[in-house]
Amino acid sequence: MSTTTTPPASATETAPGRGMRFTSWAANYVDERTSASTAVKALGRKIFPDHWSFMLGEVALYSFIVILLSGTFLTFFFDPSMTEVEYEGSYVPLQGIPMSVAYHSALDISFEIRGGLLMRQVHHWAALLFVAAIGLHMLRVFFTGAFRKPREFNWVIGFLLFVMAMALGFTGYSLPDDLLSGNGLRIIDGMIKAVPVAGAWISYLLFGDEFPGTDIIPRLYVLHIMLLPAITIALIGIHMVLLIVNKHTQFAAPGRTNDNVVGAPVLPAFAAKAGGFFFIVFGVIVLIASFFTINPIWNYGPYDPSPVSAGTQPDWYIGFADGALRLIPPNLDWVDPFGFTWPFGVLIPLVGLLVFLAAVALYPFFEAWVTGDKREHHIAERPRNAPVRTAIGAAGVTFYAALWAAASSDLIATHFRLSIEGVIHALQFATVVGPFIAFSITKRVCLALQRKDREIALHGFESGRVVRLPGGEYIEVHEQLDDFERWRLVSFDEYQPLMIRPNDDGKITVSQRVRAGLSRWFFEDRIAPVTQNELEAQKH
Amino acid sequence: MIRRIETHDTMAHTPAPARRAGRRSPLATTALLVVGLLATGGAYALATTTATAETTAASAELIDEGGKLFAANCASCHGLDAEGTAAGPTLIGAGALAVDFQVGTGRMPMAASGPQAEKKPVQFTQEQIDAMAAWVADLAPGPAVPADRYIAGDGDAANGAELFRINCAMCHNVAGAGGALTEGKWAPGLAGVDPVHVYGAMVTGPQNMPVFSDLNLTPEEKNDIITYLMYVEENPSVGGWDLGSLGPVSEGLFIWIFGLGALIGVTIWLTAKSN
Amino acid sequence: MAEAHDGTSGETAGKAVAPQQDHSAPPPAVAVVRADRIPNPGFPPERLRVTDLDPKKEKQAERTISALFFLSIIGSVLAVVAYIVFPIDELDPTTIRLNNMFLGIGITLGLLGVGIGAVHWSKALMHGHEQVEQRHPTRGSDEARERSVEIFREANAESGFTRRTLVRNSLIGAVVATPIPAIALFRDLAPAEDPVALLKHTMWDTGVRLTRDPSGTPIKAADVTIGSAFHVIPEGLAELESHRLEEKAKAAVLLMRLPVDELNEREDRAGWSYDGIVAYSKICTHVGCPVALYEQQTHHLLCPCHQSQFDVANHCAVIFGPAARPLPQLPITVDEEGYLVAQSDFTEPVGPSFWERAL
Repeated sequence: MSTTTTPPASATETAPGRGMRFTSWAANYVDERTSASTAVKALGRKIFPDHWSFMLGEVALYSFIVILLSGTFLTFFFDPSMTEVEYEGSYVPLQGIPMSVAYHSALDISFEIRGGLLMRQVHHWAALLFVAAIGLHMLRVFFTGAFRKPREFNWVIGFLLFVMAMALGFTGYSLPDDLLSGNGLRIIDGMIKAVPVAGAWISYLLFGDEFPGTDIIPRLYVLHIMLLPAITIALIGIHMVLLIVNKHTQFAAPGRTNDNVVGAPVLPAFAAKAGGFFFIVFGVIVLIASFFTINPIWNYGPYDPSPVSAGTQPDWYIGFADGALRLIPPNLDWVDPFGFTWPFGVLIPLVGLLVFLAAVALYPFFEAWVTGDKREHHIAERPRNAPVRTAIGAAGVTFYAALWAAASSDLIATHFRLSIEGVIHALQFATVVGPFIAFSITKRVCLALQRKDREIALHGFESGRVVRLPGGEYIEVHEQLDDFERWRLVSFDEYQPLMIRPNDDGKITVSQRVRAGLSRWFFEDRIAPVTQNELEAQKH
Repeated sequence: MIRRIETHDTMAHTPAPARRAGRRSPLATTALLVVGLLATGGAYALATTTATAETTAASAELIDEGGKLFAANCASCHGLDAEGTAAGPTLIGAGALAVDFQVGTGRMPMAASGPQAEKKPVQFTQEQIDAMAAWVADLAPGPAVPADRYIAGDGDAANGAELFRINCAMCHNVAGAGGALTEGKWAPGLAGVDPVHVYGAMVTGPQNMPVFSDLNLTPEEKNDIITYLMYVEENPSVGGWDLGSLGPVSEGLFIWIFGLGALIGVTIWLTAKSN
Repeated sequence: MAEAHDGTSGETAGKAVAPQQDHSAPPPAVAVVRADRIPNPGFPPERLRVTDLDPKKEKQAERTISALFFLSIIGSVLAVVAYIVFPIDELDPTTIRLNNMFLGIGITLGLLGVGIGAVHWSKALMHGHEQVEQRHPTRGSDEARERSVEIFREANAESGFTRRTLVRNSLIGAVVATPIPAIALFRDLAPAEDPVALLKHTMWDTGVRLTRDPSGTPIKAADVTIGSAFHVIPEGLAELESHRLEEKAKAAVLLMRLPVDELNEREDRAGWSYDGIVAYSKICTHVGCPVALYEQQTHHLLCPCHQSQFDVANHCAVIFGPAARPLPQLPITVDEEGYLVAQSDFTEPVGPSFWERAL
């Protein structure tokens, strides 16, 4: 039954049935032209470790495939032209309204083509899921330290995929040319105009005229269906190749070491699971699309620069940028002595976001430099065992979440009966101070959890059995862990901060001082794993 | 006084059957509604014919009745002669329509001071509201309750939708889901609002809502807007459940909690060892 | 198969000190390796699945899995059936809802049947024991590395890449120069005009009537009752053959009437309003959303995109939110027929700030 695993040479050994004969003929035919057997030999029994969090990247990959399939269907019907026509379709509240061909064809996909609305909703829901899965996958990789050597490059490629996903999402969001997407583009236009020196020109060239012009939708369409997907597919390819080269990380468990991979082989068990999972992801997306409306473009009407809807927000993954725009205090334009305008109210969020994204992209290199750790790491760390990294992550998540929440400040206000001003002020506080609070709490919690692990590893866990001793004293019996259970709690590394040492010229450079300082900050508070001697001492 | 279909059924009114049939587009649901209302309200309509009389001049009796109700329920804030106090604005010139909107949606009498008066269960019967409206209208001329043809919802939905987007959507959201205003105020959602109250809000500009007088939006245009709102209400989203029509925020929350949440459940099942 | 290993002192990947250590940097050996580390206990005994132990359960799982696959076939067929039996009726939007729902349910069944069946097969019936593969350091073997260095050396010797510096440097210069034409090519993304000049002017001009959006009917001052808000476009905009949206994107105006005693006007703008009627640009000075949420009692304007607030009673000063400047005011008056008209264009560029804005 296996078509590609059977090595052509050995297939002829037993007396084969008819089906088998065809299979071996086909396998031989292919292999003589492609050397496919080499690939099967190398990859067919590769081991993949099992953990639910290792499947998040697959969710992203599979939703991307769903996006490609549904998107291809949509291209057969969508016409990105901005030529003005009058609506003649079946949606009554738009009949006779002038609109662009792009919006008209998007409405036709929704109202006139059987399954068109389903495909539109599949496409959009899958897009939201794609970015969400990438985000969660990145968090998993970050908090388990899976970005460490040798996987720094793959982290950067994954980061680029995240950026690509946002770019694909935003260009797609703009294509229907409805009121929501038009106002989104107008915000982008406003941000571009704020760019010093060339802002007005960049906007003019991008839109092919003054905003909105008649070129932007076709231009974004080309980016959305050709350039960006091509780059994304290429990056996914590299991501996969590096995944194979580096092999997957695994969580510490008895028998698992830094030098082995324990799990299921690609063929058949892992392939069946992963292949099945593709169908499940696809099925869940279609299920959501059959029952839940997404982006009801017919409600918004064609783009017109005068109206706007309450609750005009971007899709969730652009929310953090929109939130940053909302949180900046008023009146920050500055006209320099030469008469040029610096719109800091837009530039500060813009630069802040770029710095944040750059920090995410470059974090693995920062940590490698600070810790001086040059070993390869294949055991995914438990977040508590790297308290400072986990705390940095928590700070980043808090910062992102505060900006993200700010993008829905108006809905928070109406749904929780708060004033919008109060919500904004609270989120301004959360953006600036929140990361520090999150850092300090997370670090303490991590250290506390490590202490608890240590305690359990040494003394066992409370059994709930209370015993009265002959002397009248009551104690609760602690039950010792077995070796396998204990291993999970003790199999981590303890690190010491770097020492300042003079270099070959006998000098201590500033960068070394900084590095040693950061290293101390990183490793100063630490809990050592339980050692054999401690365990022995405890037993006696 | 002109009446409409009452959604508060405990005070079912005395509708003229012909009018009711013409009010909404001839959909099956409406037909059912008509049958139901005819059954419940028909007898009452036969017994009392005064309420159905389409007169604009209110009887002195009604005004009297309204004055008493006003003195008992409203005068503490609005003043004995509706001249206004520190607690409430003057109602001289407010007109019958303002009373109908404010009292008919339960906003008045106000329960407590807050950022804005809220929609509440209605405190009075329609007769009582009509009486108070007549009394206020009698003080000085003001906007009157519109003729039925302007709240019939049989206008041009496309024109109504366009006018709604330009004049209303920035506060009430394109799908009428409502939105935030400053300092804790909000523009309410428009689902289930009686057409006469939609009309009343546009004409009288309650609280912070701007006034859209007939010189800005003609009564026909208001009817178009009502037509659009009725279309949206009667035709649920073709794509399935609309998640409150709140836009990308509810969609984002949904995909994180239910989409990704469900798939994480799947991954846990997928990677757990079989029994 | 799997020897006990502590993850730090391995012979292959887990070297405590990387071989290519940079001697000028501080020593990277920071992981504390204790002699008395607790050793890796090795693999625990594996638990067998019910399908490994009980042939009945195995048979049952087989039946479940094939049932799921059959269900999937039924689902896929149902999708086609739904496509046919739930056509879209132009006059009845409910048909679209039904088409969407039943087509989706069919496809969902088709997909989930395959997916859940395959995963169940893998979990319950396929060989269920964990397998182990050894890792190797990611770096190439010493041999491969030496050979690559050699190859580059040979290539260099054969080409003279480092020797013939003039050739090399001019090549680099030439390659760097090749994208220059692309920069020029992008110029024609937009027409030849100067965008800055365009941004500074709108359709408003002396005597242009204020008209209703979208109908384009002119507005008399008497139409604008106290508390009103009119959404306004310049006369003639609705009839524009080209650039209608571009002009509207700059010229959209909100017209409001406040009680005269509540309107606090700037001295240099005396005469810009008419009897409490004021006209302000609707385009937010932050990033350009239409600011149109007018509160008639507080006289505040709110932008629904980023919550900037402007005080209409005080020449639209920014009182909250990210906007940097007041909304530009359109000076208005009435013509002899009583219609509202602009006195001139806006006296400053409307919309978001840009580099040349104040010049």
